[in-house]
Amino acid sequence: MFDWRWDFAFEILPRLLQATLNTLAAAGIGYGIAVVLGLVFALAQRTPSRFVTLVVRECVEFIRSTPLVLQIFFVFFVAPQFGIRLSPWVAGMIAIGLHYSAYLSEVYRGGIEAVPKGQWEACTALNLSTTKTYFRVIIPQALPPSLAGMGNYLVGIFKDTPMLSVIGVAELMQAANAIGGANYRYLEPYTMVGIIFLAISLPAAGLIKVFEAWVHKKLGMN
Amino acid sequence: MEDMSQYPTELSGPDVPMVRFMNVTKRYGALTVLDSLHLDVSEGEMVTVIGPSGSGKTTVLRMLMTLETINGGVIYLDGKPLTHMEKNGVLVPADAKYLRRARSSIGMCFQHFNLFPHMTALQNCMEGPVQVLGLPKAEARERSEELLSMVGMTDKKDQHPSRLSGGQQQRVAIARALAMRPKVMLFDEVTSALDPEVIGEVTGVIRKLVAEHNLTMLMVTHQMGFARDISDRVCFFFDGKIEEQGAPESLFGNPQCERTQQFLSAVKAAD
Amino acid sequence: MQPILQLYEYWNDIHMSYLDFLSEQGPRFIDGTIMTATQFFLSAILAIMCALTAGLMKLSSNRMIKGTALVYIEIFRGTSLLVQLYWIFFVLPLFGLTLDKFYTGFVAVGLNLGAYGAELVRGGIQSVPKGQWEAAYAISMSPAKRMYRIILPQALLNMLPPWGNLMIELLKATALVSLISVTDLMFEAKQINGSTFLSAQAFGTALIIYYIFARLVVTPFMRWLERVMARKMGRA
Repeated sequence: MFDWRWDFAFEILPRLLQATLNTLAAAGIGYGIAVVLGLVFALAQRTPSRFVTLVVRECVEFIRSTPLVLQIFFVFFVAPQFGIRLSPWVAGMIAIGLHYSAYLSEVYRGGIEAVPKGQWEACTALNLSTTKTYFRVIIPQALPPSLAGMGNYLVGIFKDTPMLSVIGVAELMQAANAIGGANYRYLEPYTMVGIIFLAISLPAAGLIKVFEAWVHKKLGMN
Repeated sequence: MEDMSQYPTELSGPDVPMVRFMNVTKRYGALTVLDSLHLDVSEGEMVTVIGPSGSGKTTVLRMLMTLETINGGVIYLDGKPLTHMEKNGVLVPADAKYLRRARSSIGMCFQHFNLFPHMTALQNCMEGPVQVLGLPKAEARERSEELLSMVGMTDKKDQHPSRLSGGQQQRVAIARALAMRPKVMLFDEVTSALDPEVIGEVTGVIRKLVAEHNLTMLMVTHQMGFARDISDRVCFFFDGKIEEQGAPESLFGNPQCERTQQFLSAVKAAD
Repeated sequence: MQPILQLYEYWNDIHMSYLDFLSEQGPRFIDGTIMTATQFFLSAILAIMCALTAGLMKLSSNRMIKGTALVYIEIFRGTSLLVQLYWIFFVLPLFGLTLDKFYTGFVAVGLNLGAYGAELVRGGIQSVPKGQWEAAYAISMSPAKRMYRIILPQALLNMLPPWGNLMIELLKATALVSLISVTDLMFEAKQINGSTFLSAQAFGTALIIYYIFARLVVTPFMRWLERVMARKMGRA
């Protein structure tokens, strides 16, 4: 039925593991960008200016409703036309960071909206500035309900890194493609890539649940 | 493991009760909710079960409806075992198929009505007869409309439950249970979730049932006055056992046990 | 005055060339959109079937049935869709199962999103109040009838909002089939970019078309479905 060659599998394993590190780095950096940018988007939708709120809202919807792989191509090919030369890595990070910041902004919005109205009123009564209100009162309370969503998207970003292979980023999928193309054997590379993904994403999902429970306990919330 | 040979595979004799709890025990983990309970209900009898929360009174009803499993003893329905079935002359725990057939003669009304929200009142009543009893739609409709008129809900028969008040929903729920022509009707705190002004609607229907039909009924309630009026017998439960039981006048008027007296005076004080 | 005139001319240039671009490349965009729509509908149907099956299987008390559903769900959710796509296209033929790329496309997308959908189905069913199960039990309904007539209709209404999001994810996922050379919207956009080098116009137009499909077709349809179901539950 199939002739799995263990010798070939072990031969390519080091290269795949090396590429996995690249993948993890890409996911980590992309996630870092998304976490910060997402907060910016979320807060930008709460400004008193209706125009800003509307524009940001539409941008977030646009990014969320269109394919990531298309956005990657867009950033990579269009940037040079405005005079900005981007390496595949940087273009990929920007695209993924932007895409997931849109998702995370929705998660944050939900978390912020879940904070009881009385908290805002207490801040007004104590005359706290907007910045202090957000960073010392609201956001710390918005965080626990947001953690589930944030965790899911961390695993999601990791699973989306193969899309970077289409612009030549040297991550796991691209390595498998290269190996497969060079040796005319796709069985071992693709299967091992699948197993590596499972081996990382399943425990990661489990760890996130554990982390969530720990945070909930630590903050003494339900 | 209990020795099942001590339990008859069928009840016989002149005065076979409609319902018999024989040595029934129910446990939730380490907690014993019912402890070797013996309880008989005769045909056509209306028995009310009262007691503090946690006394096991709701469990009695739920076990009769086979919503809960049994940990010891046997429950008999109309002479035949309900929770067990016969195998080689000895009783073994009943399988799902046997249970489904056996419990079709029991109907239950719940505290939170549990009407099917995606069906109208009429459709709710017709659902059992058509889907379970296999009645043709016309006959099921006729039966349902009759019952809805008996509970006073004819003008609302094409409304969805979301459009009905609590009292109206509970009345439809009673009609729905009756549409299955059960031998035994169970009422589990059917007025506890109702606003005071509509409790009368529901108790009125139950009074009518008691007066006009020979149904065997078991009721758990906090409405002591109502229980006193219509019951043939009242059982006071405490800690999984029947503390005291008897005719309503004697139990309410002259309770013998101390716990019964305490409970009744506490309830009166809350009224 | 000068800078404003310059800006106006620049805008005019871009504007004119964009309209020219559209009239020239329009047919290819339309072909691609039709293929994307086809892949979308076929994937959606497969995803719904897989989700219902696996979701119900996961609620079974039979460990073999539950385990099979669990394995399917965890594998397809735990690995990347792109990996699954390539695996079905390049590796499955070695096991004797060769699918044309058109079929590979929507089968991979359908199986992948079906796994996510299975969790939504399971969640929807578990969110039906326990009293409904008990009421159906009290009138002696068989488990099959109870699920089909009482539980699923109510579960459906609970499930629709997250399914709306899933449908958008499905639409975006179909873009990946272009990577095995299925001639969908994404594929056409890449081709046009390759031949005209007008990247902003090529990819930008594709983005806009996906956006229109998502916001003006899929989302309104799901909202309409929600309203219809709510009316059937008498909650309109």
